[in-house]
Amino acid sequence: MIEIDHVSKVYDGKTVVDDISLTIEPHTIAVIVGTSGSGKTTLLRMINRLVELDAGMVRLDGEDNRTIPGYELRRRIGYAIQGHGLFPHRTVAENIATVPRLNGWDRRRTTEKVRELLSLFQLDPDAFGPRYPHELSGGEQQRVGVARALAAEPNVLLMDEPFGALDPIIRAKAQDDLLAIQKHFGTTIILVTHDMNEAFHLADKIAVMDGGRLLQFGPPDELVRRPATGFVEAMVGAGDRPFRLLSMRRVADAAEAGEASGPALAASMNQQDALAELMWSGRPAAPVVSADGTMTGRVTLDALLKRARGAP
Amino acid sequence: MSRVTPTLLRALLLALLVTFLLAPETFEPLLRPLVQQNAPVIYAQGNLMSLTLQHLATVFAATLAATIVAVSLAVLVSRPIGAEFLPLSRSLVNIGQTFPPVAVLALAVPVVGFGEKPTLIALFLYGLLPIFENTLTGLTTLPRAVVEAARGTGMTGWQRLVKIELPLAMPVILAGIRLSVVISLATATIGSTVAARTLGEVIIAGLQSNNLAYVVQGGLIVGALAVLIYDGFSAVERRLAVRS
Repeated sequence: MIEIDHVSKVYDGKTVVDDISLTIEPHTIAVIVGTSGSGKTTLLRMINRLVELDAGMVRLDGEDNRTIPGYELRRRIGYAIQGHGLFPHRTVAENIATVPRLNGWDRRRTTEKVRELLSLFQLDPDAFGPRYPHELSGGEQQRVGVARALAAEPNVLLMDEPFGALDPIIRAKAQDDLLAIQKHFGTTIILVTHDMNEAFHLADKIAVMDGGRLLQFGPPDELVRRPATGFVEAMVGAGDRPFRLLSMRRVADAAEAGEASGPALAASMNQQDALAELMWSGRPAAPVVSADGTMTGRVTLDALLKRARGAP
Repeated sequence: MSRVTPTLLRALLLALLVTFLLAPETFEPLLRPLVQQNAPVIYAQGNLMSLTLQHLATVFAATLAATIVAVSLAVLVSRPIGAEFLPLSRSLVNIGQTFPPVAVLALAVPVVGFGEKPTLIALFLYGLLPIFENTLTGLTTLPRAVVEAARGTGMTGWQRLVKIELPLAMPVILAGIRLSVVISLATATIGSTVAARTLGEVIIAGLQSNNLAYVVQGGLIVGALAVLIYDGFSAVERRLAVRS
């Protein structure tokens, strides 16, 4: 659990983070969104003390993060940034092994961990381990950057616009990979982004910041239904609201008994995609098929439209 | 073809240099036209090979000292605690560069006496600037994301310096050392005016006895050494720079 408790930061008389408190539950993903200059990156960097706070306290599992030296704290917390920051003079394997080596792991344990992580990120350890970062594509570099952040098995992973430099297709893949990795390790992730779609895709809870202040912190669907301020409403995008709601739910939740014609939709598909599919094929309803291949009923255009208006 | 030629030329130059140093009399016919009748053609008051090695040893010692001091100074002023010493350090190394080595020799002799010492002092002062400025540039222009990542992974200040910053700045630092070495190789010759054993001895003897062959052989050996060492450094820099 990460408790940010009345934290402030002042640079040259300007308050960039203004009395922020929020608590992030273990094994969840919290996404901090805001425009540039909102203080979101500064807030993130105060958790691993790349920036020292001026007032307040950050507690990790109840322990003040100032009780141990900054560098030791940072070895316990994963950190991934935009533009990956890989060390260009070290191979991929050496880059990933950075924190385990700093922690004094023995060679065998380190090598095993590096191989495990490379495989997990769908990079062949024998092919990619000995390469240098400049020999990799942007998407591969980014994956290695996240792998390095996870190498010492941290409970907490901080990510500062980690996918900002990727093109949309690779970015979507990287986000799905991150969700899978988070499930695999149970890591608590705090991610900073200015991309609202990314926030809605990844977050268990979203924090909206503006001008150094925290405007709202809650589950995505709460931000859509009950935005705390006009700024939050604008960030969510008034025109996107129905689609945001649909994108957070599965087809299975809107399915009802009955039959329909045409190709079936997967129960795990999100409702926004299902709506798009029905509109595109001009059907009023489509059959729903579960993961094991059995027909479980149908989903209708009306049911989806009702949910887009906020019905449960 | 075009990639092999420079390497061949360098190997040829090295072979020529070594042959000349080991058996200078082989080249006597070539140099003969430069001197008057009956005058000696090949410098014989000292062994050319041992003079060359002495010359190199002096340059090496001075450059090593300059490297240690200049790199340490640049590291210090590139840290937050040393930042206020930057203008002072810069002035010091600039004075070292602008003060003519001949004047340094003149001032140093009364204090430390004749011989190697005044030459070492002059070369040391003269060599500081390129190494200092290049190290500083190398350390302060590292990619921001890389430096940030080094902090973020939990490296201490020392670990960041030794494992990340210095290795990444190495090609630029080496370029500074290369400049300094080449300048010192040429400048070391004037050390012979205060009785240091360098190749300047051959040139000065030639000037005093109006023997052009002496001047040419002293000058050519220094020139060949400079070209070969310059090339050697450049090759190492290129290899290091490929990765970053």
